Amino acid sequence: MATKASRSAARLMMAPAVILLLGWMLVPLIMTLWFSFRVYLPLRGGDQGWAGFDNYIRFVTSSAFWPSVQTTLIIVLGVLAITVIFGILLALLLDQPMWGQGVVRILVIAPFFVMPTVSALVWKNMFMDPVNGLFAHLWRFFGAEPVSWLSDASLPAIVMIVSWQWLPFATLILLTAVQSLDSEQLEAAEMDGAPIVKRFWFIVLPHLSRAITIVILIQTIFLLAIFAEIFVTTGGAFGTRTLSYLIFQRVLESQNVGLGSAGGVYAIILANIVAIFLMRIVGKNLD
Amino acid sequence: MGQIQLKQVTKSFGDVQVIPPLDLTIEDGEFTVFVGPSGCGKSTLLRLIAGLEDITTGHIEIDGKDATDLVPAKRGLAMVFQSYALYPHMSVRKNIAFPLRMAKMDPAEIDRRVNAAAEVLNLADYIDRRPGQLSGGQRQRVAIGRAIVREPSAFLFDEPLSNLDAALRVGMRMEISELHKKLATTMIYVTHDQVEAMTMADKIVVLQAGVIEQVGSPLELYRAPRNTFVAGFIGSPKMNLITGDEAAKHNATTIGIRPEHIDVVESGGAWTGTVGVAEHLGSDTFFHIHNTGLAEMLTVRAIGDVSLRHGDTIHLNPRTEEMHRFDADGLRIA
Ligand SMILES: Nc1ncnc2c1ncn2[C@@H]1O[C@H](COP(=O)(O)OP(=O)(O)O)[C@@H](O)[C@H]1O
Ligand SMILES: [Mg+2]
Repeated sequence: MATKASRSAARLMMAPAVILLLGWMLVPLIMTLWFSFRVYLPLRGGDQGWAGFDNYIRFVTSSAFWPSVQTTLIIVLGVLAITVIFGILLALLLDQPMWGQGVVRILVIAPFFVMPTVSALVWKNMFMDPVNGLFAHLWRFFGAEPVSWLSDASLPAIVMIVSWQWLPFATLILLTAVQSLDSEQLEAAEMDGAPIVKRFWFIVLPHLSRAITIVILIQTIFLLAIFAEIFVTTGGAFGTRTLSYLIFQRVLESQNVGLGSAGGVYAIILANIVAIFLMRIVGKNLD
Repeated sequence: MGQIQLKQVTKSFGDVQVIPPLDLTIEDGEFTVFVGPSGCGKSTLLRLIAGLEDITTGHIEIDGKDATDLVPAKRGLAMVFQSYALYPHMSVRKNIAFPLRMAKMDPAEIDRRVNAAAEVLNLADYIDRRPGQLSGGQRQRVAIGRAIVREPSAFLFDEPLSNLDAALRVGMRMEISELHKKLATTMIYVTHDQVEAMTMADKIVVLQAGVIEQVGSPLELYRAPRNTFVAGFIGSPKMNLITGDEAAKHNATTIGIRPEHIDVVESGGAWTGTVGVAEHLGSDTFFHIHNTGLAEMLTVRAIGDVSLRHGDTIHLNPRTEEMHRFDADGLRIA
């Protein structure tokens, strides 16, 4: 876009997309802000005028708020840790020349194409069912008492389900990063006397750091909003109520749009804090 | 110490034998250059010596001890890669210190050696920078620095100058030669550029398709190439290789005469032709000559600026005493 003419032409061409995107984001955002300051109970009298900051205060002072923040953080951090660690291991594994590489790679990516609702249902009924689930059979085979995952170990179960969905994404990004590593660097390190673990630590891991930050950044944004997996498994019970699930309950189960919207605004603020924080790290890593 | 001996070494990738059985001895302190066209197996041979590739059959001995199954780090060799292979996230200092850190050397000793290397290679100015902020020549120096701090028994260079521009290449060539004089350590240097081979080597190993065509000092190779391949590969511009009746006159299948061994004369002379392209370099003039009645086009080097132009008739006289004769197999006839 060198000349003035081409620059203004470019602006003109981009305008529809920009306006559409802005509208797409701004309308719901402004409506959320608007409702968060209203007493709005659809089934109990509808919009009943200004609420001031009441909704905001009520949302954070409710006994469910802090536990939901904690649950959200546990799920996000747990899934991040699992996907990054296993993603690196899988990427290193898939980078090795092996028989049937193409098929294996497609299989590894496959979970990403399964809808969250479907995969959560499959996990719930096929694997984690305390009577007929595969895990239950496995436990019984070894003579152990089957675990009723979704009630007794609900958080680990959900972390596991969500990790299974996001592992392919992490693996894929990390695999491309692993493949972009100059093999001469590894050979140089080998000649310099670095055994395999040190080669990983000093050469491979720093090379992957950028990809890891990108994985963390993108996943965090999506993981803060996971919903379907909780909805179809525990329905928010057994300590699995995340912030987004709490908002959902406030709006749809308690039919309190104002209160839910206030929660939504908190969620936006939280997501932005995380985003700014992560952008800083990425910016540092993308020198 | 740094004597390296290859005994009946072969290397195959799958079914393809890249190096047929090969014997070679590299003496301690020698500057040996592997030279040959691209894809002839020079890098493979170097990597076999380094231990980065497993040899298929045969033995490698370093200082008389069998090193065939030693891992690269245990061979006491240091390598400078074509891509430099610097660690991009480490500063120059850390790059150079890396092999010493891996050897769990005392930090004070590491500092001493890194500073000494920095002084030898003049890289003190940018020792705290990262490789990404350095020019090609500077990266090259860092790569060499990382090799010398280990005080290896031999250095291996794989086309280290091929990513540099021409002027820098000449400079680095001299620096590497000087480094060799100073350290007196064995160096094996791989290149496809015969000028580098001629200017730097104590001993040149000419390779073609994994086979050693000739081993010798630069001047031995220049004066007495063992076959037509070496004759054509060593020397610039290339030796004229002439077949047909002219060769038969000298009882050979092929005769070779270097461009600098053909005199341009006013009249008469053994050969007469038309000047095609004339390259005037000032100090020399290279003529490419057609229509001599010989099967091949001739290249002639005249000293100084000879004022013949494209299309002029030229009279030539080869110095028969400088002529090389080759038989039907391309081998030199004594
Ligand atoms: N890892 C490998 N797998 C299969 N073939 C290889 C491999 N490395 C090198 N080769 C083959 O071996 C031959 C010699 O390669 P190389 O040693 O790199 O040549 P040079 O360095 O002389 O240009 C080439 O034909 C190349 O294709
Ligand atoms: Mg090569």
